Amino acid sequence: MASYSTNEFKSGLKVILDNDPYVILENEFVKPGKGQAFNRVKLRNLKTSRIIERTMKSGESLQAADVTDKEMQYLYNDGERWHFMVVATYEQYEIDKAVVGDSRLWLREQDVCIITLWNDTPLIVTPPNFVVLKIVETDPGLKGDTSGGGGKPATLETGAIVRVPLFIQTDEYIKVDTRTGQYVSRAKE
Amino acid sequence: MSLEQKNKPWRPNAEIAELKHRADLLRKIRDFFSEREVFEVETPLMCRTASLDPFIQPIPALYSSLAAEAGRMFYLQSSPEFAMKRLLAAGSGPIYQICKAFRNAEEGRLHNPEFTMLEWYRPGFDHHALMDEMEALLAVVLGSSKTDRFTYQALFLEYLGVDPLQTSLQQLSLCAAEQGVHLEAQVQAELSLDDWLDLLMTHCIEPKLGFDQPVMIYDYPASKAALAKIRPTEPPVAERFEVYVNGIELANGFHELMDPAIQLARFNKDCEFRKQLGYPAIPIDDYFLAALEFGLPASAGVALGIDRLVMLALGKSEIQAVVSFTIDRV
Repeated sequence: MASYSTNEFKSGLKVILDNDPYVILENEFVKPGKGQAFNRVKLRNLKTSRIIERTMKSGESLQAADVTDKEMQYLYNDGERWHFMVVATYEQYEIDKAVVGDSRLWLREQDVCIITLWNDTPLIVTPPNFVVLKIVETDPGLKGDTSGGGGKPATLETGAIVRVPLFIQTDEYIKVDTRTGQYVSRAKE
Repeated sequence: MSLEQKNKPWRPNAEIAELKHRADLLRKIRDFFSEREVFEVETPLMCRTASLDPFIQPIPALYSSLAAEAGRMFYLQSSPEFAMKRLLAAGSGPIYQICKAFRNAEEGRLHNPEFTMLEWYRPGFDHHALMDEMEALLAVVLGSSKTDRFTYQALFLEYLGVDPLQTSLQQLSLCAAEQGVHLEAQVQAELSLDDWLDLLMTHCIEPKLGFDQPVMIYDYPASKAALAKIRPTEPPVAERFEVYVNGIELANGFHELMDPAIQLARFNKDCEFRKQLGYPAIPIDDYFLAALEFGLPASAGVALGIDRLVMLALGKSEIQAVVSFTIDRV
């Protein structure tokens, strides 16, 4: 596998550190006019999302991590494992609940997600930026209130709870921004 | 015009207005030296030898003349110090130079492999007298008034509670860990005492220096003398100084070493160290040694990064904002 020297470091590069895959967030070249050069590197662990800072001697290398993003369609889950498929090849992946994490709140069957793989093992499930989900429960709000002020909680078919305007009713579909978990608009199914 | 050409980032890094400010500052610097009767010189950018400092990598340049069958290897100079000292030995008196300097593989917010350096020499000055003149120059360019001055030892004691002149690998690695600097165990094992001091300086002290007014650090550990005189106190210290503004290293100066035998011994040590590190050999500058042999007047000299100075004067946070075209656009 290839490796990257500190002078090739840039944000977005995927590397292996302490046997885990990391993505480089920031890289600062620190060098006194006279004396040893260092690189101060900020990295995020792709398994745990934890952010760490490491100092390296300039010119040293880290192994490249074989991390790729693949588009996959979400099929179904059995409570423990979430099943995905690469549409073009019908290749299927089972992903543990722990890896899916909070992304499960935004997964609707047949939606296409980005699955980040490390040596072909799923690391991260990224749902589409916007998803349309059905409301299964919300307090009946006051009819005719379109001001948008206030709002109320609504439970979606996936179990996610989103604040919606008062005029939104149970069984309606809404569009949600999965990056912020916020209501965007009413939607057709 | 093809789409590829259209999308080429051909524009300068710096705004044209900033480049005009830069020109104004350069004029102020030239006026400063002109008023003090320090005259401007130019020395070659392409030289037969280069700095032997193991932490500075030169950029080679292949020169082909009609007479030579194969090209001859030159270097783009990393500092004009040897040539300027030859001028001093030849009786130039006080001189300054504003020139390009080149250092391989130095890129970042505060580094571009090709950068502009101001270097000046003052016969008859020691490093304290030159710090006074530096203070006056900074007042003109940055509008600062006084400067704070600490010895290297006092600085480490103040910020880290460590005496850099009497310390150990163990104490310095412990100090780094306490300061939250994380290194691989393997890297830790490779670091020398000087490397640890550089690490603590750049990571833990430098970012805090010079926010109220410029800070000057002087009297370095003898192991960090570079081309400075060593004063035989107990323990001995190198008569060297550095300048820091807003957490950024701006300049490095020496009360210059004059003794050719000591200079040669330091060169040989650097060559040996370069060899150990597996770096290509660089010839020792025997013209420079011959000039020392003839006699360098007692002097102090200092080099200052112009790009960083302009960046600070204009309130920018990266040199890319004050350089017309950096390495990624040439």
